[in-house]
Amino acid sequence: MTKNEKKVIIIDYQLGNLFSVKQACDTIGLNAVISTSKDDILSADALILPGVGAFIEAMKNLEKLDLINAIKSKVNSGTPIFGICLGLQLLFTKSEEFGSANGLDLISGVIKKFSGDLDGEKIKVPHIMWNRIYMSNKSWTETPLRDLKDYEFMYFIHSYYVNPDNLDFILTNTNYSGKEFCSSVMHKNIFATQFHPEKSSDKGISIYKNWGLMNKLIP
Amino acid sequence: MKTIRIIPRLDIKGPNLVKGIHLEGLRVLGKPADFAKYYYENGADELIFMDVVASLYERNSLHDIISETAKNKFIPITVGGGLRTISDIKEVLRVGADKVCLNTAVIKDPELIKTASRKFGSSTIVVSIEAIKEENGKYLAYTDNGREYTGIDVFEWAKKVDESGAGEIVITSVDKEGTGQGFDIDLISKISSIVDIPVIAHGGAGTKQHVVDLIKENTIDAVMLSSLFHYQFIKENESRISSEEGNIEFLKQKRSFHTFEPCNILDLKTTLIENKIECRI
Repeated sequence: MTKNEKKVIIIDYQLGNLFSVKQACDTIGLNAVISTSKDDILSADALILPGVGAFIEAMKNLEKLDLINAIKSKVNSGTPIFGICLGLQLLFTKSEEFGSANGLDLISGVIKKFSGDLDGEKIKVPHIMWNRIYMSNKSWTETPLRDLKDYEFMYFIHSYYVNPDNLDFILTNTNYSGKEFCSSVMHKNIFATQFHPEKSSDKGISIYKNWGLMNKLIP
Repeated sequence: MKTIRIIPRLDIKGPNLVKGIHLEGLRVLGKPADFAKYYYENGADELIFMDVVASLYERNSLHDIISETAKNKFIPITVGGGLRTISDIKEVLRVGADKVCLNTAVIKDPELIKTASRKFGSSTIVVSIEAIKEENGKYLAYTDNGREYTGIDVFEWAKKVDESGAGEIVITSVDKEGTGQGFDIDLISKISSIVDIPVIAHGGAGTKQHVVDLIKENTIDAVMLSSLFHYQFIKENESRISSEEGNIEFLKQKRSFHTFEPCNILDLKTTLIENKIECRI
């Protein structure tokens, strides 16, 4: 590793497949390391918070690994963070999963479950689908989505969705069986997607690349 | 509107991609990596790898194939065949799979669906149901690629799978599988109407029209296909057919193609869109 190479930490809290996230980083030349270590997080130039699975389980693991304060202080001091799927949800205040559970509270808002019934029609949960992302009230020009066209397909696999209190943070929305939900957020140094860019073919990989470029993590 | 996923299924035996009829009588078609690359570039929405002999001999030989695929194919990868325990599941997820597909193990121990979905998340756990229609019209679930009788009613089992926390169901009509005669639409419709989780239909497609007919009649979420695409790949890549084991003479003679009108993924998706069925192109 050269001296000026920026280091990205993929936060491993022992849930889900980190292999693809790492491969996506490797493909675009991002110097990313999978780690469970607080020291690695504190010395990182940027963070990726991935994740598949249960919110409560994830928060418990982050707590056990003593990573919560490290992540919060890094993000509050301006370190770029990229949250993916459950990683997006963990950034929020709390989840309604199994009653109620607290998140990292870096963005204020609540995680809700897709309800079984919409307009009288049965909505299948989990939402597992290539679905379209479209613009909210924000242009994508200055965001990692800048190479994508409006209504691009991305791969989703989740049962819960985020409801940000501040609608200005919503970067894209997505419609599932008539239910519109927030599919990505952007606020200062925080960027996070409900979909999996590392599972969304070359279009998804362009999101990694542009996130890396915009945060000067790759030349 | 719902976007239908098109999922090529790659049956694996040792280092080879194989294909059978009624999940049996396996023939070697080529190298899994060649097929995976072709399907990825051709617009596959996901890939599923099934180790078709692992279930019988209790072995897992897929790890290398999964890792190689996951390195540069950025779509979801599901892996099944011979996964018995939490640690088997953990291992395939670690080498690059996104989801696992379970059948034999969960029929023997339905609690495994609960344990696994709590541990890895519901969306990671796919349950495969292999259905055979009995003479009395009843559909029963089988295991080990349609070889082992269980006596379990398919529809009762599907409900239980849903309630236990699985993320998706693959429903295979063993009677139709590999025949090219079309899907068992009755079976698939009934399954998709009684569960609240996504359903992947599998078994019997011989033409694009079979797929269109199935989706129009149903609320399914995805279609899993093998012969239709494999035979097209072979047509387009005849010179690349090679294998270290097995008899591939039949491929060169194209004897098994008569019930199929092979097509590639893009052809199929174009036809679906012409029929007002949404999918990703």
